[in-house]
Amino acid sequence: MNQAIRNTWVIAIAMFALVLGAVTYVQFFAADELKANAWNNRQLYKQFGSDRGSILVDGKQIAFSEPSNDQFNYQRVYDPGGLYAHLTGYFSLVYGATALEDVMGEELSGEASELFIDRAMAMLSGNQPRGYSVGLTIDPELQKIAHDVLGNHSGAVVVMDPENGDILAMASTPTYDPNKLAGHNTSEVVENYEQITSASKNPLYNRAIEGDLYAPGSVFKIIDTVAALESDEYSPDSTLQNPQQIDFGGYSLPNYAQGGCAAQSEASFAFALQQSCNTPFANIALELGGERIQAEAQEFGFGQKLSIPLRVTPSVFPDDLEGAALAQSAIGQRDVRTTPLQIAMMSAAIANDGTIMKPQLVDTVRSPDLEPVSSPEPQTFSTPTSPEIANQVTEWMVGVVDEGIGSSAAIPGVEVAGKTGTAELAVPGQNNSWFTGFAPADDPQAVVSIVVSDVDVQTGGQIVGPGAKRLLEAVLNQ
Amino acid sequence: MSQMMTATKPRRNIELLLLLLALVTGIGANMLVGLEADQPFNDDFFIQAGTLTGIVLAVHIVLRFRAKYADPVILPIVTALNGIGLAMIHRIDLATGQSAAASQLLWSAVAIIAAIAVLLVIKDHRILRRFTYISLAVSALLLVLPLVPGLGTQINGAQIWIMVAGYSFQPGEVAKITLAIFFAGYLSTNRDLILLAGKKVGPLQFPRVADLGPMLAAWLVSIGVLVFQRDLGSSVLYFGLFMAMIYVATSRVSWVLIGLGLTAVGGFVAMQLFSHVALRIDSWINAFDPEVYNRAPGGSGQIVQGLFGLASGGLTGTGLGQGRPDLVSYANSDMIIAAFGEELGLIGLSAIIMLYVLLVTRGFRAALGTRDGFGKLLATGLSFVIGLQCFVVIGGVTRLIPLTGLTTPFMSAGGSSLLANWIIIALLLLISDASRRPVARGPLPDDDLTAATQHPVAETSKQNSTNGAATEAVKKQ
Repeated sequence: MNQAIRNTWVIAIAMFALVLGAVTYVQFFAADELKANAWNNRQLYKQFGSDRGSILVDGKQIAFSEPSNDQFNYQRVYDPGGLYAHLTGYFSLVYGATALEDVMGEELSGEASELFIDRAMAMLSGNQPRGYSVGLTIDPELQKIAHDVLGNHSGAVVVMDPENGDILAMASTPTYDPNKLAGHNTSEVVENYEQITSASKNPLYNRAIEGDLYAPGSVFKIIDTVAALESDEYSPDSTLQNPQQIDFGGYSLPNYAQGGCAAQSEASFAFALQQSCNTPFANIALELGGERIQAEAQEFGFGQKLSIPLRVTPSVFPDDLEGAALAQSAIGQRDVRTTPLQIAMMSAAIANDGTIMKPQLVDTVRSPDLEPVSSPEPQTFSTPTSPEIANQVTEWMVGVVDEGIGSSAAIPGVEVAGKTGTAELAVPGQNNSWFTGFAPADDPQAVVSIVVSDVDVQTGGQIVGPGAKRLLEAVLNQ
Repeated sequence: MSQMMTATKPRRNIELLLLLLALVTGIGANMLVGLEADQPFNDDFFIQAGTLTGIVLAVHIVLRFRAKYADPVILPIVTALNGIGLAMIHRIDLATGQSAAASQLLWSAVAIIAAIAVLLVIKDHRILRRFTYISLAVSALLLVLPLVPGLGTQINGAQIWIMVAGYSFQPGEVAKITLAIFFAGYLSTNRDLILLAGKKVGPLQFPRVADLGPMLAAWLVSIGVLVFQRDLGSSVLYFGLFMAMIYVATSRVSWVLIGLGLTAVGGFVAMQLFSHVALRIDSWINAFDPEVYNRAPGGSGQIVQGLFGLASGGLTGTGLGQGRPDLVSYANSDMIIAAFGEELGLIGLSAIIMLYVLLVTRGFRAALGTRDGFGKLLATGLSFVIGLQCFVVIGGVTRLIPLTGLTTPFMSAGGSSLLANWIIIALLLLISDASRRPVARGPLPDDDLTAATQHPVAETSKQNSTNGAATEAVKKQ
């Protein structure tokens, strides 16, 4: 009988061995596959069920997690919804995370590897692991004005401190309410998403840094000017040819008919910029060649990867341009495409003695007990030109506002440097209207870059110049 | 007799030491659960810790007086399992808003007091042999109770519950014990008869048709449970119990083969006839088929979610209170293993499984050591049934075999299961006491134990003049 008992024991042990094998298989060998299974919501629940850190502007929470009574335990809230939508992005069960919710995801969830020590300490002291908060460089007042300036038009605004690269405002219209995509009722979220994206101008794009990008139009002439001054062929005193049009056999590139350009067939840099004449800059590009214009554009940031830490779509100045294509590109038309942030960086180089500071949206990352754990140091992005040339261009840009076509941005008692731009779109009469500039010219506090799309010349002019004025005034009044 | 002489020291102090370790484990786990929820040392915590410690120490003290040679490892293992089970049920309560932990504590107290009663009243397991046929009757009654109109209740499709005064009870859990007693009594009495008769076919000796009676009875009980109560898990459990005991009684593989044959036939017919069995098998094989996953009721959602839980625990687990075991249905009863796997990881779950391995092994050790055939059969049956239950539950949760609704012994929320399993532990403790108690060399102590031992001896020798090992062993006393 005892032998049979031993045999039965062996069978019992064999059963336990099988079970141990099964547990090992499920928890170790098959674990990754099971975790990746589409029905497995645990990662989501973990991600969405945690006390995620806040995103703050000037100490006020614009995105935060609120305890909820559903299976996720926390609901992400955006307040106010539309104003910061393109900065915060959304944190959606269905569509994942975008913008800062995405790129700062590890900090917000408290899982970033550089926070390891903090996390370990929190674990040892028995604290719940919680997300870190992210404070932004944004000035809430400027952000409101930026939105206000754009109104119902589609466009974007960037306000930046040229000395350290801090982004003070970044607005994009149309905007949307991220709360509608952050809900836990997935069918409602899908419905909202479809409604939001059915608009003719997709509100989900942050037009300041991504999307279809814009033709820069005449604001690109700043880059032509710098390229010319850096070359041996031109000096600040050069006299530029200013024909009414340049013929390319079948196509001719004209100056703007209603402007002051027609008055002179030769022009100084100052005059050409003030009146935004096309042919002098087309001639500069034709003389210097496409490669040198492109190289100058690249020094200003075109074609370069950048994250602020939002990912910025690189602006484009095409390769191997010559003839009419080069002439058109030199005045910011044809296939040249740029982001409003890139144009702000261009102005920042002029404002900051030729040096572009890396644009930065994040001010400080703080631990759950509000101790700062990291805070990005100002970094040099590039130095496209010298202080001398920068100061020279500043002087001419002041003339654009004081005496030229940028007068709507003038602020009494303050020297404002600026440059307007109008890029024609495929639809006749529809343009992108631009303004970029900074103030005060001798000690720039902020650079501004504004674009509105799909407007006629007059409407655009009424938005961008006065808009820049309002923004710069707000900065100077602080 | 292949009797290994174990140490004949009582070892009660070692038991006390291990018991304190087990209590620290269980109460510590419960404390971690409380800490995680920011409510560590409230009244509930002290009531739970105090109750568990008090009654378990009472068992220990009873053992010191009544069964001082009982195996010193069994009680600490079961205490640890019961303790961490309570902690996990408490933890799942916090996530789901139930209050199962309080009733589990109450049932633990009832079950452990019942175990103490068994230790005090029965004193020697051999007395139970007198109740062989009464046990059969009680088993039949217990199994029929849930089917009595007005008394029986159907929960989740299984007709295995009775409602008494607002409490639901699963009589089938207790039937495990009475059936084991019946089979131990019947087989220890009749094994010689069964062994000697029968035809030899090749190397296998097949029993006479007349001796197939108990086998058929077992088979009928199992099929009856499956058909009338729709409870696949218990059916497998009872049948496994019978098979193990018949094998140990006869040492004949042929019996096991007949049994497995009957199971195969029964299982196949059941699958054809009963949708609940077919659904179980389907959700096992096609668990990841979207149609099967979403099917309600009888879909594979529960098992798949359990697997997700285990996977998310990985090697080290999320830590107590940090996972989401509440996402699995029946997280604190049928699926508590998945909850442990998730929060304690592969390492923690393996440790729990090793506790069961040790427990079952100690049970078998008692079976080997005890000198009477009845005790050997009873201890083997009871130990095997714990092991089999673990296999069926954990195998089901890990999708090794189809998932059936069985409780994890000592850990799952459920009063009947706790009660039955603690009584099993009391019996195993008694048998291990008999197994480890030194053979009296001098005059027998003058107490009623003598009477208890002498009765079966007389009975056995009357019925079986041929000498079985069991008879011989009892005679030696």
